[in-house]
Amino acid sequence: MSLGAGTVGAGKTARPSMKLLRGIATQLGTLCLTILGLLFVTFFIGRVVPIDPVLAIAGDRATPELIEKIRAELGLDLPLYQQFWNYLVKIVHGDLGNSVLTAKPIIQDIATYFPATIELAVAGTLIGVLAGVPLGVISAARQGRWIDHVVRVVALAGYSVPVFWLGLVGLLVFYVKLDWVSGPGRIDAVYEYIVEPRTGFMLIDCILAGDWEAVKNALSHFVLPALILGYYSMAYIARMTRSFMLEQLNQEYIVTARVKGVSERAIIWRHAFGNIRVPLITVIALSFAHLLEGTVLTETVFAWPGIGLYITHSLFGADLNAVLGGTIVVGVSFVILNLLSDALYTLLDPRARAT
Amino acid sequence: MTVKSWLLADTPHSRTQARLGQAYIGLTTLLSNPLAVVGLVIIGTLVLVAAFAPLIATHDPYQQNLALRLKPPSAEFWLGTDALGRDIFSRIVYGSRLTLTIVCLVAVIVGPVGLAIGVIAGYAGGITDRVLMRITDIFMAFPRLILALAFAAALGAGIENAVIAIAITAWPPYARLARAETLTRKGSDFIAAIRLQGASPLRVLFGHITPLCVSSVVVRLTLDMAGIILIAAGLGFLGLGARPPSPEWGAMVAGGRDYLIDQWWVATMPGIAIFVVSLGFNLLGDGLRDVLDPKMR
Repeated sequence: MSLGAGTVGAGKTARPSMKLLRGIATQLGTLCLTILGLLFVTFFIGRVVPIDPVLAIAGDRATPELIEKIRAELGLDLPLYQQFWNYLVKIVHGDLGNSVLTAKPIIQDIATYFPATIELAVAGTLIGVLAGVPLGVISAARQGRWIDHVVRVVALAGYSVPVFWLGLVGLLVFYVKLDWVSGPGRIDAVYEYIVEPRTGFMLIDCILAGDWEAVKNALSHFVLPALILGYYSMAYIARMTRSFMLEQLNQEYIVTARVKGVSERAIIWRHAFGNIRVPLITVIALSFAHLLEGTVLTETVFAWPGIGLYITHSLFGADLNAVLGGTIVVGVSFVILNLLSDALYTLLDPRARAT
Repeated sequence: MTVKSWLLADTPHSRTQARLGQAYIGLTTLLSNPLAVVGLVIIGTLVLVAAFAPLIATHDPYQQNLALRLKPPSAEFWLGTDALGRDIFSRIVYGSRLTLTIVCLVAVIVGPVGLAIGVIAGYAGGITDRVLMRITDIFMAFPRLILALAFAAALGAGIENAVIAIAITAWPPYARLARAETLTRKGSDFIAAIRLQGASPLRVLFGHITPLCVSSVVVRLTLDMAGIILIAAGLGFLGLGARPPSPEWGAMVAGGRDYLIDQWWVATMPGIAIFVVSLGFNLLGDGLRDVLDPKMR
């Protein structure tokens, strides 16, 4: 993984394609460095834990010789940099260790849990985009009017409300009191083993199985957590859209368009909105990355079997390897999305490419 | 001459007058923004409640009374009682102290650390700058909540560990900010003058440049407070924050989860406190940014 920092020759005749290639190489280098940094931090966390891994295996009545032997077996007698190197090699090979709770390789556990998280995060981001972008645009177009204030307060509330609390209140109102949605979990237990897991994405699996009762049931479990994550995504996207739009609407070309008699609708949607599409893409990518991380608490509340629930369950099982494995997977996805949004920006916006 | 005209004088006669005048203008702008005033009132109330908690609380927040467990809100127990018969209102009141402690501790760690790294990187330039900023960027790209979770999991539950975990993931934006500020000041004439007078780099850095970066760092901290509160509450909810029986709001919500269906107040009341306080910080931060960001004027 650390070998990816390709060195594209620093040609002095900077043709556009060369420049682009060099840009991509720099991005890749940053990506590798950041992931290396992340792994270093998780390695460090694994080392500062007060629990001695040797003692955990050998028990406290082990002879000193046995302890020494296990220590050597785990590679803990090596100097730190060598331990870190071994750690890296193992991770690059997809070996995150074994989970204490499930007794399976952690990477395998994560493969079964991760789709549930992605499912939620994708739905949340979709809701966020579909609601947040129009709200942000309208809010900017009507700056200072009541709709602007409403959007701002709703968005600000999204920045302020604890997600685990919102989840509990949502369950209380829509599940317990109104009975509009189903409770925690991904699907009722009745359907659990009927639907064959083909993709790992419950909704898609149900549709593939052609079992519409199961689809309905899965949807009724899905809708509340998806809406709650969607609200967070919407708050962020609406706020960013609003400020991007305001920045555009204050520019002179908008005045020119107005003077020329372009309709207000065309000014907002064609001229101003056309110019914020690129930064919006980066915002949406970031929002998705934040949701991947933010599902930890939501999943705990909704008993949603995603990676967040896996991490918190491992946490209480004192299974630090599984916690760190989950952290690495979420962290690496987060880092990649983060840098991908940067790269997209450079790729799509000719102005950013020029510099 | 009235105080107001003295404050708003076009030609201030002293540095103090000019500064006070600026502060006055800033304050009036802030107070003309109704949302910011709401935020200010919320934060003010929080501080007062935390300071006078023993006077405001109606019961002992730690006093268990199993005969009175899970009582609904009433005249005796304003927000009801929890599973151990403790008064929820009093616990929320005392919990404000924990919230403020966490926020202040994180601010006290993150502000100076970010400031120092940013100022040194900006002033030194060259290889120091590149290395420091690369490290900052690496930390900036990390997922905050998950990393704080992993740190808290490794260090064990406890308010100090939660603070450390949050601080480790929260400093990079401040370093960025301080570096940018330093770069704009570095080339100015008064710095050149001080250097010509023979001031050592350390003196220039910490005596003249750092003080100028403080205000923007403080504003940014206000903006970040809500996020810090939410992460702290999230850690508390997962059982990684303050240890029981501390009345930490997030942990209180978690404690009420099992009684959600029949005793809804146990879980919901502390959550409202978290929401209101972080909304307050967000409103205030938004207002402050409008005042201090010249682009918005």
